[in-house]
Amino acid sequence: MKYRGKVVITLKPGVFDPKGATICNALHALSYREVEEVKTGKYLEIILESENCSQAEKRIQEMCDRLLCNSVIESYSYQVEEVKS
Amino acid sequence: MKFGVVVFPGSNCDYDCYYVLSQVLKAETVFIWHEDRSLKDCDCIVLPGGSSYGDYLRAGALARFSPVMEAVQEFAESGGLVIGICNGFQILTEAGILPGAFLPNRGGRFICCPVYLRVENNQTPFTLLFAPGEVIKVPIAHRQGNFFIDSLHQEEVKKRIVFRYCGPQGEIDSCYNPSGSWENVAGIVSGQGNILGLMPHPERAAEKIVGSEDGRRVFLSVIKWWEEKKWK
Repeated sequence: MKYRGKVVITLKPGVFDPKGATICNALHALSYREVEEVKTGKYLEIILESENCSQAEKRIQEMCDRLLCNSVIESYSYQVEEVKS
Repeated sequence: MKFGVVVFPGSNCDYDCYYVLSQVLKAETVFIWHEDRSLKDCDCIVLPGGSSYGDYLRAGALARFSPVMEAVQEFAESGGLVIGICNGFQILTEAGILPGAFLPNRGGRFICCPVYLRVENNQTPFTLLFAPGEVIKVPIAHRQGNFFIDSLHQEEVKKRIVFRYCGPQGEIDSCYNPSGSWENVAGIVSGQGNILGLMPHPERAAEKIVGSEDGRRVFLSVIKWWEEKKWK
Protein backbone atom coordinates (compact mmCIF):
# COMPACT_ATOMS: atom_id res chain seq x y z
CA MET A 1 0.00 0.00 0.00
CA LYS A 2 1.12 3.53 -0.68
CA TYR A 3 1.11 6.20 2.01
CA ARG A 4 1.79 9.90 2.19
CA GLY A 5 3.54 11.24 5.26
CA LYS A 6 3.09 14.97 5.85
CA VAL A 7 5.85 16.19 8.09
CA VAL A 8 5.96 19.65 9.66
CA ILE A 9 9.22 20.74 11.30
CA THR A 10 9.28 23.83 13.49
CA LEU A 11 11.86 25.52 15.66
CA LYS A 12 11.53 24.75 19.35
CA PRO A 13 10.08 27.50 21.55
CA GLY A 14 12.78 29.96 22.53
CA VAL A 15 14.94 29.26 19.47
CA PHE A 16 15.40 32.52 17.56
CA ASP A 17 13.90 32.51 14.07
CA PRO A 18 15.47 35.29 11.94
CA LYS A 19 13.40 34.39 8.88
CA GLY A 20 10.19 34.62 10.90
CA ALA A 21 11.25 37.96 12.37
CA THR A 22 12.05 39.36 8.90
CA ILE A 23 8.69 38.23 7.51
CA CYS A 24 6.96 39.72 10.55
CA ASN A 25 8.64 43.07 9.84
CA ALA A 26 7.59 42.88 6.20
CA LEU A 27 3.97 42.24 7.21
CA HIS A 28 4.12 45.24 9.52
CA ALA A 29 5.46 47.30 6.62
CA LEU A 30 2.36 46.24 4.65
CA SER A 31 0.26 47.60 7.55
CA TYR A 32 -0.73 44.24 9.01
CA ARG A 33 -0.24 45.72 12.44
CA GLU A 34 -2.16 42.94 14.17
CA VAL A 35 0.65 40.45 13.47
CA GLU A 36 2.44 39.64 16.71
CA GLU A 37 4.82 36.93 15.61
CA VAL A 38 5.71 34.80 12.58
CA LYS A 39 7.33 31.42 12.92
CA THR A 40 8.82 29.59 9.97
CA GLY A 41 9.30 25.88 9.55
CA LYS A 42 9.58 23.16 6.93
CA TYR A 43 6.95 21.04 5.28
CA LEU A 44 7.85 17.73 3.66
CA GLU A 45 5.70 15.18 1.89
CA ILE A 46 7.05 11.67 1.84
CA ILE A 47 5.44 9.04 -0.35
CA LEU A 48 6.29 5.53 0.76
CA GLU A 49 5.33 1.90 0.38
CA SER A 50 4.26 0.24 3.58
CA GLU A 51 2.29 -2.77 4.81
CA ASN A 52 -0.07 -0.66 6.85
CA CYS A 53 -0.58 2.80 8.28
CA SER A 54 1.06 2.19 11.65
CA GLN A 55 4.14 0.74 9.97
CA ALA A 56 4.34 3.82 7.74
CA GLU A 57 4.03 6.06 10.80
CA LYS A 58 6.83 4.19 12.52
CA ARG A 59 9.12 4.63 9.53
CA ILE A 60 8.31 8.34 9.16
CA GLN A 61 9.05 8.90 12.85
CA GLU A 62 12.38 7.14 12.45
CA MET A 63 13.24 9.34 9.45
CA CYS A 64 12.42 12.45 11.47
CA ASP A 65 14.60 11.33 14.38
CA ARG A 66 17.56 10.33 12.23
CA LEU A 67 17.66 12.97 9.54
CA LEU A 68 14.74 15.28 8.92
CA CYS A 69 14.68 17.01 12.30
CA ASN A 70 17.60 18.26 14.41
CA SER A 71 16.35 17.70 17.93
CA VAL A 72 18.70 20.33 19.35
CA ILE A 73 16.71 23.15 17.74
CA GLU A 74 13.66 21.62 16.07
CA SER A 75 10.58 19.57 16.82
CA TYR A 76 8.28 17.80 14.39
CA SER A 77 4.78 16.51 13.89
CA TYR A 78 3.42 14.32 11.12
CA GLN A 79 0.30 12.80 9.66
CA VAL A 80 0.15 9.72 7.49
CA GLU A 81 -2.60 9.05 4.98
CA GLU A 82 -3.18 6.37 2.41
CA VAL A 83 -2.61 7.35 -1.21
CA LYS A 84 -5.52 6.08 -3.27
CA SER A 85 -4.46 5.32 -6.82
CA MET B 1 52.56 14.18 9.71
CA LYS B 2 49.85 13.88 7.12
CA PHE B 3 46.72 16.00 6.63
CA GLY B 4 43.58 14.80 4.89
CA VAL B 5 41.11 17.29 3.42
CA VAL B 6 37.66 15.76 2.94
CA VAL B 7 35.85 16.72 -0.25
CA PHE B 8 32.05 16.66 -0.15
CA PRO B 9 29.90 17.59 -3.14
CA GLY B 10 29.58 21.34 -2.62
CA SER B 11 32.72 21.85 -0.56
CA ASN B 12 34.39 25.01 -1.83
CA CYS B 13 37.23 25.67 0.61
CA ASP B 14 38.82 22.28 0.05
CA TYR B 15 41.45 23.64 -2.34
CA ASP B 16 42.18 26.62 -0.08
CA CYS B 17 42.92 24.21 2.78
CA TYR B 18 44.94 21.94 0.51
CA TYR B 19 46.92 24.91 -0.83
CA VAL B 20 47.75 26.33 2.61
CA LEU B 21 48.73 22.96 4.06
CA SER B 22 50.71 21.63 1.12
CA GLN B 23 52.12 24.80 -0.49
CA VAL B 24 52.37 27.39 2.28
CA LEU B 25 53.22 25.05 5.16
CA LYS B 26 54.79 22.30 3.02
CA ALA B 27 52.94 19.58 4.94
CA GLU B 28 52.02 16.26 3.36
CA THR B 29 48.37 16.62 2.38
CA VAL B 30 45.88 14.49 0.49
CA PHE B 31 42.27 14.86 -0.54
CA ILE B 32 39.76 12.34 0.77
CA TRP B 33 36.63 11.82 -1.32
CA HIS B 34 33.35 11.71 0.61
CA GLU B 35 32.65 8.20 -0.65
CA ASP B 36 35.95 6.86 0.66
CA ARG B 37 35.74 4.71 3.75
CA SER B 38 39.43 5.02 4.56
CA LEU B 39 41.22 8.09 5.91
CA LYS B 40 44.45 7.13 4.10
CA ASP B 41 46.51 7.03 7.31
CA CYS B 42 46.12 10.74 7.87
CA ASP B 43 46.98 12.22 11.27
CA CYS B 44 44.69 15.22 11.04
CA ILE B 45 41.40 15.42 9.14
CA VAL B 46 40.09 18.74 7.86
CA LEU B 47 36.39 19.12 7.05
CA PRO B 48 36.45 22.23 4.86
CA GLY B 49 33.94 25.00 4.34
CA GLY B 50 31.41 25.30 1.56
CA SER B 51 27.84 24.18 1.08
CA SER B 52 27.95 20.40 1.18
CA TYR B 53 24.91 18.93 -0.57
CA GLY B 54 23.71 22.47 -1.25
CA ASP B 55 23.02 22.95 2.47
CA TYR B 56 19.69 21.23 1.73
CA LEU B 57 17.50 20.39 4.72
CA ARG B 58 20.03 21.95 7.16
CA ALA B 59 23.69 22.89 6.66
CA GLY B 60 25.72 19.72 7.21
CA ALA B 61 22.69 17.47 7.73
CA LEU B 62 23.23 15.38 4.61
CA ALA B 63 27.03 15.35 4.61
CA ARG B 64 27.11 13.66 7.99
CA PHE B 65 25.72 10.50 6.37
CA SER B 66 28.49 10.35 3.74
CA PRO B 67 30.43 7.08 3.87
CA VAL B 68 33.60 8.93 4.92
CA MET B 69 31.92 10.28 8.04
CA GLU B 70 31.77 6.84 9.65
CA ALA B 71 35.56 6.71 9.48
CA VAL B 72 35.84 10.32 10.69
CA GLN B 73 33.58 9.53 13.66
CA GLU B 74 35.66 6.50 14.60
CA PHE B 75 38.91 8.47 14.14
CA ALA B 76 37.58 11.32 16.31
CA GLU B 77 36.41 8.97 19.05
CA SER B 78 39.81 7.30 19.19
CA GLY B 79 41.48 10.68 19.80
CA GLY B 80 42.39 11.60 16.22
CA LEU B 81 42.73 15.28 15.34
CA VAL B 82 39.80 16.74 13.42
CA ILE B 83 39.25 20.35 12.33
CA GLY B 84 35.83 21.40 11.04
CA ILE B 85 35.87 24.81 9.40
CA CYS B 86 32.57 26.63 8.77
CA ASN B 87 30.46 24.02 6.96
CA GLY B 88 32.84 21.45 8.47
CA PHE B 89 31.86 22.72 11.94
CA GLN B 90 28.19 22.46 10.98
CA ILE B 91 28.74 18.87 9.82
CA LEU B 92 30.44 18.00 13.14
CA THR B 93 27.48 19.30 15.14
CA GLU B 94 24.96 17.54 12.87
CA ALA B 95 26.91 14.31 13.38
CA GLY B 96 26.85 14.83 17.14
CA ILE B 97 30.68 14.83 17.21
CA LEU B 98 30.54 18.36 18.64
CA PRO B 99 27.59 19.70 20.66
CA GLY B 100 25.12 22.37 19.61
CA ALA B 101 23.47 23.37 16.35
CA PHE B 102 23.50 26.31 13.95
CA LEU B 103 20.74 28.81 13.25
CA PRO B 104 20.71 31.47 10.54
CA ASN B 105 22.66 34.62 11.41
CA ARG B 106 20.81 37.05 13.63
CA GLY B 107 20.49 39.57 10.77
CA GLY B 108 19.35 36.94 8.29
CA ARG B 109 22.20 37.72 5.90
CA PHE B 110 25.23 35.96 4.54
CA ILE B 111 28.23 37.71 6.10
CA CYS B 112 31.69 37.68 4.52
CA CYS B 113 34.25 39.88 6.26
CA PRO B 114 37.33 39.78 8.49
CA VAL B 115 36.53 39.57 12.21
CA TYR B 116 38.53 39.72 15.41
CA LEU B 117 38.73 36.62 17.57
CA ARG B 118 39.98 36.24 21.11
CA VAL B 119 41.88 33.05 21.86
CA GLU B 120 40.17 31.75 24.99
CA ASN B 121 42.15 28.56 25.34
CA ASN B 122 45.68 27.96 24.09
CA GLN B 123 45.97 24.55 25.75
CA THR B 124 44.69 22.67 22.70
CA PRO B 125 46.54 21.04 19.80
CA PHE B 126 45.09 23.77 17.55
CA THR B 127 46.02 26.86 19.53
CA LEU B 128 49.28 26.19 21.34
CA LEU B 129 51.13 28.81 19.26
CA PHE B 130 48.75 31.57 20.38
CA ALA B 131 49.10 33.57 23.57
CA PRO B 132 46.20 33.31 26.03
CA GLY B 133 43.72 36.09 25.29
CA GLU B 134 45.49 37.00 22.05
CA VAL B 135 43.36 38.86 19.51
CA ILE B 136 43.63 37.58 15.95
CA LYS B 137 42.04 38.57 12.64
CA VAL B 138 40.45 35.86 10.49
CA PRO B 139 37.60 36.14 7.97
CA ILE B 140 34.15 34.59 8.26
CA ALA B 141 31.84 33.70 5.37
CA HIS B 142 28.55 32.12 6.34
CA ARG B 143 24.78 32.45 6.51
CA GLN B 144 24.23 30.05 9.37
CA GLY B 145 26.81 30.74 12.02
CA ASN B 146 24.52 31.45 14.92
CA PHE B 147 25.75 28.79 17.33
CA PHE B 148 22.99 27.51 19.60
CA ILE B 149 23.33 25.32 22.64
CA ASP B 150 20.44 24.29 24.87
CA SER B 151 20.50 25.46 28.48
CA LEU B 152 21.25 21.95 29.80
CA HIS B 153 24.64 21.85 28.07
CA GLN B 154 25.69 25.49 28.36
CA GLU B 155 27.88 25.08 31.43
CA GLU B 156 29.76 22.18 29.89
CA VAL B 157 30.29 23.88 26.52
CA LYS B 158 31.42 27.12 28.16
CA LYS B 159 34.58 25.32 29.27
CA ARG B 160 35.28 24.25 25.71
CA ILE B 161 35.19 27.65 24.00
CA VAL B 162 38.41 28.26 22.08
CA PHE B 163 37.64 31.35 19.97
CA ARG B 164 35.16 34.14 20.65
CA TYR B 165 34.17 37.07 18.45
CA CYS B 166 35.54 40.28 19.95
CA GLY B 167 36.51 43.88 19.26
CA PRO B 168 39.98 45.00 18.12
CA GLN B 169 41.16 45.14 21.75
CA GLY B 170 39.60 41.80 22.68
CA GLU B 171 36.35 43.29 24.02
CA ILE B 172 33.59 40.68 24.21
CA ASP B 173 30.36 42.44 23.37
CA SER B 174 27.28 41.57 21.37
CA CYS B 175 28.11 44.39 18.93
CA TYR B 176 31.15 42.38 17.81
CA ASN B 177 29.09 39.23 17.36
CA PRO B 178 28.33 38.93 13.63
CA SER B 179 25.88 36.05 13.81
CA GLY B 180 24.23 36.23 17.21
CA SER B 181 26.19 33.17 18.26
CA TRP B 182 25.72 32.10 21.90
CA GLU B 183 28.42 33.62 24.15
CA ASN B 184 30.08 35.07 21.01
CA VAL B 185 31.25 31.54 20.19
CA ALA B 186 33.39 31.29 17.05
CA GLY B 187 35.06 27.96 17.86
CA ILE B 188 34.88 25.13 20.39
CA VAL B 189 36.73 21.89 21.06
CA SER B 190 35.45 18.48 22.09
CA GLY B 191 35.66 17.29 25.69
CA GLN B 192 38.91 15.48 24.95
CA GLY B 193 40.23 18.50 23.07
CA ASN B 194 41.10 16.62 19.88
CA ILE B 195 38.28 18.02 17.73
CA LEU B 196 38.04 21.69 16.80
CA GLY B 197 35.03 23.31 15.16
CA LEU B 198 35.26 26.94 14.10
CA MET B 199 33.21 29.21 11.87
CA PRO B 200 36.03 31.58 10.78
CA HIS B 201 38.35 30.45 7.99
CA PRO B 202 41.98 30.13 9.16
CA GLU B 203 42.93 28.90 5.68
CA ARG B 204 41.92 32.29 4.28
CA ALA B 205 44.29 34.07 6.66
CA ALA B 206 47.52 32.21 6.11
CA GLU B 207 49.55 34.68 4.06
CA LYS B 208 50.29 38.40 4.40
CA ILE B 209 49.04 39.08 0.89
CA VAL B 210 45.47 38.17 1.92
CA GLY B 211 45.47 40.58 4.85
CA SER B 212 46.33 38.35 7.78
CA GLU B 213 48.46 35.34 8.52
CA ASP B 214 47.00 34.68 11.95
CA GLY B 215 45.11 31.65 10.69
CA ARG B 216 48.19 29.70 9.69
CA ARG B 217 49.10 29.28 13.35
CA VAL B 218 46.07 27.02 13.81
CA PHE B 219 47.66 24.55 11.39
CA LEU B 220 51.21 25.22 12.64
CA SER B 221 50.01 24.46 16.17
CA VAL B 222 48.75 21.09 14.98
CA ILE B 223 52.09 20.32 13.33
CA LYS B 224 54.02 21.37 16.44
CA TRP B 225 51.71 19.38 18.72
CA TRP B 226 52.16 16.35 16.53
CA GLU B 227 55.95 16.65 16.46
CA GLU B 228 56.13 17.00 20.25
CA LYS B 229 53.80 14.06 20.72
CA LYS B 230 55.99 12.00 18.41
CA TRP B 231 59.11 12.64 20.50
CA LYS B 232 57.42 11.91 23.81
